[in-house]
Amino acid sequence: MSTRFASDSGLTRRMLVTMFLLGLLYVVFVGVLISLGVGAITVLVIAGGVLLVQYFLSDRIALFAMHGREVSPEQAPELHGMIDRLCALADMPKPRVAIADSDMPNAFATGRDQKHSVVCVTTGLLRRLEPEELEGVLAHELSHVAHRDVAVMTIASFLGILAGLMTRVALYSGFGRSRDNNQGGLPIGLIIILVSALVYAVSFVLTRALSRYRELAADRAGALLTQRPSALASALTKVTGEMARIPTRDLREAEPFNAFYFTPALAKGSGGLAAIFATHPPLSRRLEQLAKISGELGRG
Amino acid sequence: MGWLDALLGRTKAVQPNLDALFALPSAAVTLQAATGFAPTGVGAVCYRAAEGGAFATLESDVRELLGDRVESLRDSYGYSWLVVRRSPDDLGDLVTELHAVNSTLESAGFGPSLLCSLVAFADTSGNHLGVVYLYKRGTFYPFAPAGGQRRNNSLELQTRAALAGELRIEDDLGRWFPVWGAPGL
Repeated sequence: MSTRFASDSGLTRRMLVTMFLLGLLYVVFVGVLISLGVGAITVLVIAGGVLLVQYFLSDRIALFAMHGREVSPEQAPELHGMIDRLCALADMPKPRVAIADSDMPNAFATGRDQKHSVVCVTTGLLRRLEPEELEGVLAHELSHVAHRDVAVMTIASFLGILAGLMTRVALYSGFGRSRDNNQGGLPIGLIIILVSALVYAVSFVLTRALSRYRELAADRAGALLTQRPSALASALTKVTGEMARIPTRDLREAEPFNAFYFTPALAKGSGGLAAIFATHPPLSRRLEQLAKISGELGRG
Repeated sequence: MGWLDALLGRTKAVQPNLDALFALPSAAVTLQAATGFAPTGVGAVCYRAAEGGAFATLESDVRELLGDRVESLRDSYGYSWLVVRRSPDDLGDLVTELHAVNSTLESAGFGPSLLCSLVAFADTSGNHLGVVYLYKRGTFYPFAPAGGQRRNNSLELQTRAALAGELRIEDDLGRWFPVWGAPGL
């Protein structure tokens, strides 16, 4: 296991920007294709193709973005030992294990199914958490694998993109007909961009909501697997406390993107709007659920 | 887990399969003939203790029920072990006792918390071999520590070949996890 704790506070920003760019890429790419007069079916096939690539390479893409490297049981015996045992308890095949050299305490699981999954933790997480808390985090990530969250979220985002695509196709053909009677209105291109942005924003909000729900589901399953909800709660509190310092600067750095797309939502960074765009439920909601599970376990 | 459960993010706790342990005594005879490894009379059950008072009460009840027949300890991964020691000559007795421990734990509601069971073997030159039973899979696998954090893979594969006809051996080698520091090894 590496002991180099390279500070990497740009992680959140990088991932957020990646997501923005991915979404934007679809919208712009598809929009341009339609503007160029390519048939809707062709566009659909291409959009589906790109998503398939993302689906099948999700483990490699995520590892690459996080600078994660796979570790063998000899390199990280403790980590492997924990995952071995959790997998045996949950009766699931063991995922590959990776460590990312980053001081930000974080972990993720990716891969389209249980056979191609990777669980990755950062060195910052390994350094900060007690073994029991780390185990809670790993159980949470393994639950993501068991729930096939990559497949679910890929399909969910595809539906959003599909909806946006359909709207644009309808809009474009509809507007094409009425254009002759309506000189002096807004340019078609602008309307297409406005509507596509709106549809994309809506699907973005929806997939984020889905993501929050699945985080809660993974918390619950993870807590039940380790039988220690309080350890997971403690890990969450610790990690959130550490993270709270970092995103303030990152969001400011990411402001060009906010200004472009989500200024009112993220620049303020508090209140109801920020909650709608969050991929994870608020800490209080997650702790509440874990406390409930802990209470249920205590009653027997 | 089915697709619907995955889609809805629901996980069901997996119940253990306890009866397969009874195939061990006859398998041990085959193992000794093929590799020279004989039972040491030590067996252990590994489970995960839940937090909270309810589980602690259950645990002390179970220990009381089993009395001096078991020795309990905690490993570095936070799992609990109940160790049973019997005469090396009578593996049947040891397996019956392990089964009694298992069913006591299971009837107390520990079923999903059971991780594995282990029966220790040794040869005359002091090498150790554990036959590990995975409750959730209903399968066995050999584990041979070779000093430090290394394991003797060739001995493990040799054992698999010897036991293949007697026990259900775990097919997925990725699930043959090392139980470092397990009692009796």
